[in-house]
Amino acid sequence: MIRFLLKGLIRDKSRSLLPLIVVAIGVTLVVFARGYINGIMVDMIEQTARFNTGHVKVTTKAYADNINQAPNDLAILDASNLILKLEDTFPDIDWACRIKFGGLIDVPDEQGETKSQGPAMGIGLDLFSTGSKEALRLNLAKSLVRGNLPTKEGEILLSEDFSQKLGVNSGDMVTLIGSTMGGSMAFYNFSVAGTVRFGNTGLDRGTVIADIRDIQLALDMTDAVGEIIGFFPGGYYNDELAEIVMAKSEKLFVGETGEYSPVMLRLRDQEGLSLYVDLTKSMGTIITFIFMLAMSLVLWNAGLLGGLRRYGEIGVRIAIGEEKGHVYRSMVLESVMVGVAGTIIGTSTGLFLSWLMQTYGLDISEFTKNATTGIMMPNLVRSRITPPDFYIGFIPGVVSTVIGTMLSGIGIYKRKTAQLFKELEA
Amino acid sequence: MENIPVIKTERLTKIFPMGKGEFSALKGIDLKLGTGEFAGLIGPSGSGKTTLLNILGSLDSPSDGKALVLGQSIGKLTAKEAAKLRKEKIGFIFQSYNLLQVHTVYENVEFPLLLLNYSANERKKLVMGALEWVGLTDKIKQKPPQLSGGECQRVAIARAMVKTPSIVLADEPTANLDAVNSHNILQTMARMNEELKTTFLFATHDDKVIGYLKRKIYLKDGMIDKDVTN
Repeated sequence: MIRFLLKGLIRDKSRSLLPLIVVAIGVTLVVFARGYINGIMVDMIEQTARFNTGHVKVTTKAYADNINQAPNDLAILDASNLILKLEDTFPDIDWACRIKFGGLIDVPDEQGETKSQGPAMGIGLDLFSTGSKEALRLNLAKSLVRGNLPTKEGEILLSEDFSQKLGVNSGDMVTLIGSTMGGSMAFYNFSVAGTVRFGNTGLDRGTVIADIRDIQLALDMTDAVGEIIGFFPGGYYNDELAEIVMAKSEKLFVGETGEYSPVMLRLRDQEGLSLYVDLTKSMGTIITFIFMLAMSLVLWNAGLLGGLRRYGEIGVRIAIGEEKGHVYRSMVLESVMVGVAGTIIGTSTGLFLSWLMQTYGLDISEFTKNATTGIMMPNLVRSRITPPDFYIGFIPGVVSTVIGTMLSGIGIYKRKTAQLFKELEA
Repeated sequence: MENIPVIKTERLTKIFPMGKGEFSALKGIDLKLGTGEFAGLIGPSGSGKTTLLNILGSLDSPSDGKALVLGQSIGKLTAKEAAKLRKEKIGFIFQSYNLLQVHTVYENVEFPLLLLNYSANERKKLVMGALEWVGLTDKIKQKPPQLSGGECQRVAIARAMVKTPSIVLADEPTANLDAVNSHNILQTMARMNEELKTTFLFATHDDKVIGYLKRKIYLKDGMIDKDVTN
């Protein structure tokens, strides 16, 4: 009997091919949309983490309260001891010291007079220590447009757009005019090692990067850092792990009071990222649910149309003596077969499209050039294929198909036999 | 032999709701049909032929009165029991053939046997036997759209007969056929009735069919007007 039904299903294209195409398209959209949105959101989160928040961040309580101003007068003192303590307690986390600072970059002419000047947002990070992953983390080598990465003290990187605005080339001298930790004016000369383009409009506008030791010297911050940021093993933020780490840090810092005592912040506690983190976590479910609902409606209608077209067949099967329940079950079985086949095709297509998007990305710099949010939007958005993408399509693909068939089948099932017979004869 | 009633109705009534009122399609039909009869329900549209055929085929149930088919009261059958009765004992032939369009001639005729769980060998033997009866053994791999109307109706007859039912109910079986095909079909059915002793009950107003009937039951406004046996 199953062979008989299978033959009918394969030969009747409107029973097999049409719903198969509908399911495959729907599943393709689910898998692709999930990978795409996941990619965008994770990229946004990770880009923000790499440049700004880390997966967790340790600062002083007072610094944390004014974190948007990067108040270096409230920085962590005795930072080398604290980082040792953190490395000891959390050996799997990669810890890095950062100093964020603001100031003016002044470009002198041959006489030492100001040729050009512009406001800059700076990051001091460990560029020279053996084993430091900071340059790699910020993708500096690949972002290089002109010149080299800093190789020795007193060198600085400028964003390409900023350097063009100032008319600076690699090898030129620039002066950082800022404020020391104690509130005095700071002047520090740097040689421009090279220029970089981060692919992020906000960063490309006026960012400078130098080794943290230079910045400590420039801003009079001996053994002081603004922030110690930590990155989880695996390279992606994990909210559950962050929760555990933070709970452990509270025990670590217990007894330390006062506004300079250290405090840990999770990524979700910074830059209004909690909503994004929650959305990322539930995005798969949301997308799957929306598509499942939409596909159920589409397949319900397709099932109804198919059912109407099949009145003749169903009527004759019942007249010959097939039980209604058997007819109904055979229709559901057909829909399972179509659903599974459509899901396999749709998942393969969706994964292929996601892979293309993951490999080549989509340039959205035109849309992000005026972005002012604290969340860093990458200019090149990419999909991110995760293990659930390989099976998530089965929920809308099979469940929706079966629900659609069951709903449409009920209409036929509930009709009186004689009514079906009449319609069959009409 | 013809005295054993395979179909018996007593004051059989069928009422359909119609808007706020009712419509009586059958008004107290009393009828007996014995084994091997070749009978027809004759009457114009709306006389109640198809309604009566539906009830006797356990596709519908009476509003009042009794309809006994092979000793089973149609009104008291559950959906499952009614399906079993149709599956095992009743063959249907329709005006528009109602073959399964995507299945071959062989598969169409085989279908009732699949429902009866016959083995593959038994099915093959019975299907080929039925197709031999209707002269279609050379068309077993063809599908209905590749056949003429007459051939389609012969397939439908083979499908109805393959399980050797006790009763065949044929609703306007020649309505879509020309005179030559109609006679061929009717001769085939008459021969089957003769040789297999299957009871045939037609619903018709076609003179060609009426000419073959051994018993003519004329219906008018849901009642038996005349019952004539040749």
